[in-house]
Amino acid sequence: MQFMLLFSRQGKLRLQKWYNAHPDKLKKKITRELITTILTRKPKMCSFLEWRDLKIVYKRYASLYFCCAIEQNDNELLTLEIIHRYVELLDKYFGSVCELDIIFNFEKAYFILDELLLGGEIQETSKKTVLKAIASQDLLQEDEAVEGALRDIGLL
Amino acid sequence: MPAVRGDGMRGLAVFISDIRNCKSKEAEIKRINKELANIRGKFKGDKTLDGYQKKKYVCKLLFIFLLGHDIDFGHMEAVNLLSSNKYSEKQIGYLFISVLVNTNSELIKLIIQSIKNDLASRNPIHVNLALQCIANIGSREMAEAFGNEIPKLLVSGDTMDVVKQSAALCLLRLFRTSQEIIPGGEWTSRIIHLLNDQHMGVVTAATSLIDALVKKNPDEYKGCVSLAVSRLSRIVTASYTDLQDYTYYFVPAPWLSVKLLRLLQNYTPPAEDPGVRGRLNECLETILNKAQEPPKSKKVQHSNAKNAVLFEAISLIIHNDSEPNLLVRACNQLGQFLSNRETNLRYLALESMCHLATSEFSHEAVKKHQEVVILSMKMEKDVSVRQQAVDLLYAMCDKSNAEEIVQEMLNYLETADYSIREEMVLKVAILAEKYATDYTWYVDVILNLIRIAGDYVSEEVWYRVIQIVINRDEVQGYAAKTVFEALQAPACHENMVKVGGYILGEFGNLIAGDHRSSPSVQFQLLHSKYHLCSPMTRALLLSTYIKFINLFPEIRTHVQEVFKQHSNLRSADAELQQRASEYLQLSIIASSDVLATVLEEMPAFPERESSILAVLKKKKPGRVPENEIKEGKSPTPVTNHNNETTNSNNAVSSDLLGLSTPPIAQPGNTGVLLDVLGDIYGGKPNNSTPTSTTSNMYNPKKFVCKNNGVLFENDLIQIGVKSEFRQNLGRLGLFYGNKTTMPLHNFVPSLLWSEDQSSKLSMQMKPVEPTLEAGAQIQQMLNAECIDYYTDAPSLVITFVYNNMPQKFTLKLPLTINKFFEPTEMNGESFFARWKNLGSTNQQRSQKIFKASTPMDLQAARTKIMGFGMQLLDGIDPNPDNFVCAGIIHMRALQVGCLLRLEPNRNAQMYRLTVRSSKEPVSVEVCDLLADQF
Repeated sequence: MQFMLLFSRQGKLRLQKWYNAHPDKLKKKITRELITTILTRKPKMCSFLEWRDLKIVYKRYASLYFCCAIEQNDNELLTLEIIHRYVELLDKYFGSVCELDIIFNFEKAYFILDELLLGGEIQETSKKTVLKAIASQDLLQEDEAVEGALRDIGLL
Repeated sequence: MPAVRGDGMRGLAVFISDIRNCKSKEAEIKRINKELANIRGKFKGDKTLDGYQKKKYVCKLLFIFLLGHDIDFGHMEAVNLLSSNKYSEKQIGYLFISVLVNTNSELIKLIIQSIKNDLASRNPIHVNLALQCIANIGSREMAEAFGNEIPKLLVSGDTMDVVKQSAALCLLRLFRTSQEIIPGGEWTSRIIHLLNDQHMGVVTAATSLIDALVKKNPDEYKGCVSLAVSRLSRIVTASYTDLQDYTYYFVPAPWLSVKLLRLLQNYTPPAEDPGVRGRLNECLETILNKAQEPPKSKKVQHSNAKNAVLFEAISLIIHNDSEPNLLVRACNQLGQFLSNRETNLRYLALESMCHLATSEFSHEAVKKHQEVVILSMKMEKDVSVRQQAVDLLYAMCDKSNAEEIVQEMLNYLETADYSIREEMVLKVAILAEKYATDYTWYVDVILNLIRIAGDYVSEEVWYRVIQIVINRDEVQGYAAKTVFEALQAPACHENMVKVGGYILGEFGNLIAGDHRSSPSVQFQLLHSKYHLCSPMTRALLLSTYIKFINLFPEIRTHVQEVFKQHSNLRSADAELQQRASEYLQLSIIASSDVLATVLEEMPAFPERESSILAVLKKKKPGRVPENEIKEGKSPTPVTNHNNETTNSNNAVSSDLLGLSTPPIAQPGNTGVLLDVLGDIYGGKPNNSTPTSTTSNMYNPKKFVCKNNGVLFENDLIQIGVKSEFRQNLGRLGLFYGNKTTMPLHNFVPSLLWSEDQSSKLSMQMKPVEPTLEAGAQIQQMLNAECIDYYTDAPSLVITFVYNNMPQKFTLKLPLTINKFFEPTEMNGESFFARWKNLGSTNQQRSQKIFKASTPMDLQAARTKIMGFGMQLLDGIDPNPDNFVCAGIIHMRALQVGCLLRLEPNRNAQMYRLTVRSSKEPVSVEVCDLLADQF
């Protein structure tokens, strides 16, 4: 996978993950172009489109569009399911995820994505395993927070 | 504000809320600028910030960046966070870096140091953070720094599964930046054996890595084939409960299955061992069988995952191209999808069928679905699906169905989306040419293309139809008639005017017999479009008009009228003005024989592949359009995979001998017109390399009847000649053009003409520079004086060294005795009086009776005779087919009067040529020279 973009129906970019280095200018250009293209497509249309020498796979969940750019011989249907698995993970983590969760906790959305996909390749497809990894991260953070609080009040 | 787990950053949440509450873009920018100033102040301030604060501010910067603003500071603080011993701070530091730091940042050394520390950590969560960072931004420096460490992590027995997964993908990323980091030897087998790992997540990640390694070195990693097949076999036969969490909506391990199927597509055939191949075919059959089973769930995720595996299996079947049974089954399965209610499936089925159409085993099976595909092209709501249908029709087209498919595509073109029209036009043009058995059909198709989608017909397409019409005599009359009819439409596309102008200029005479398309009707029809056209088309039309003057002398004055109008300021375009005035002068000054030579019919174009295909390929960089059935691969093992298909089309230049310039200007072909206009030799020499296909061109006979043109041409050199004669004096300009990219050394032209002969024809030639630079052209002048009558002609010997290879050519110069003819007018009475006079003795006359070497064409004969130099005396001979001529050969010593009569016998296809003069050798030579021309 070359990159993944999350954007709202209003065309606001909510998350971007690039697996190849591009100058910022180019990233902005690509993003603008794709958001416009996808937002003008009708609901019943095919979820795949050819774009430059890549294939775009996208799907809409509520007010959010998830859009991936994959190479010519990558599997389109399975890319749709990568998107779905990511949505499931967000949903499980936030409990019925909505756009606001991703706005306010964008860093979490990144961390979850990093467990699912790494360097553009699928890393772990098991929902349980990913959620467990995120949970142990959270635990570590909470411990640190408690530790910090205790230190602040001089108990440590 | 939604609840936040882990440790929430209150300040960040407040800031995000503020931004969301902004009523306008300006307010948002104001708020952001305020925040940026605040953060900058904090970072620069005297008070040292603690980890939490740093983390918070870095996170705010990240958020601002994600809103689309540029961030030019904070990188250092983020790098500082990496060395924090708190996980949450470290994590944010790494996130900022992976989103915002370029691989070539100056900070990369610091980052690498932090990663090193974390990789050495005993806490696997820290190790993973470091690995993820490498996988996200992996650079050359990182490859150098970690090239040793990561392979060890990957294969070590002590490493935790989750770390192994990251290590595999991390290594993949580094391998993509620098290929040399993967150790060979025993590592190869250890990496391959990851395919046997118990942990599905590890196998999935490792398969991605192995796929990349195999692409680089297929032989070394060949061992992965049997392991991959075994693993695949275990998955496809597993029940969905076997794999627990790796079953996705009742489909066992779809991601791993697809990756394994992809991995196997790197080998041809995927498995050499018959046992392994058998097991693989069983897997593929199982997958095809499962596709037929009723779905285990109504959810789209189930069907997507299942079909993802199915499509990948079909890709592998197509790649193998060796199992007819599987190919046909795949085709039937895809055929079912063509009428599925999921748009995605229809799209993919069409796409996949395109590949099946190129296999000899499944081509016929694909053709069975032609009707459905045509319906898809017409009825699909989504243009990208319609586009796939067009691609498939193109791929499944062959001799048997070409007419129908082309017709359907033409029908659809009338309403087709603008976005796919140009490509469709190219496809139709290619198919029509490729499968034309009857070229009238081809002409009809292309003219229809122009009529229906003229705007989308590129130069290549209309150039090509002209090329083909010129090269095929049988279709010329039809083309002239059809294009003439097409031009009568009240609004016809400019491309139609171009094609029409060109074809009528060449072949208008073929339909001029019909009063409905008489010369003046043709001319008026074309000229009625003139004012609507662009300058380029107008220029082309002017060339057509001058050709008309030659074809139809009867409308000469009309045409000259038009030239006159456009040769002055009324014509705002300088090129048009110049062209009109030059053509006008040409038509006034040049004698009819010169005109006939200059405006001769176009010679045939060298046969070559259409450049349209190259254009189509350029338009679709990602996917090479196919309309070529490949031979199936033999099931016997062939080692080494071979993905490269030979692509001969790249070599084809995309222009069509410069049709965009005046169409009759064809350096290297006739070159004649521009000689007269005096600028052919200013043109750039052809830059083809010595190995190119230009064949040697040398035909001295042609120069008996003409004075200018390309005398000789091969891959290295082009020699042009331009000559003038007055009385007994001649002056030749020889033009040597170096076509290569290297200089020609020791370049010496010399004359081959005996001393004895020199006393009859004397010549002086100015020497030339011994080096002819690459691509350069030099001129050499030669003066000749005819002293006495002679036979034959002098030769020019050219020697030079090209690329250390000596070269030598000998060429006859166009200096035959007829060049010194002065045409003489005389009336019938004096002609026949003289004729009888000279015929009294045998010594004075020469006669030849010979068979026509080419089909008798009196118009062409006339042109030749006029070029021969004598005066053609019309209306003297009682038989209108006969030619009679008179001329005087000027020599320093004497003048010899010459009479000539050529009697064609159409029935016998024979000529009788009689020449009479006061000197027998002259009669014989003149007779020999001219007889050779027919």
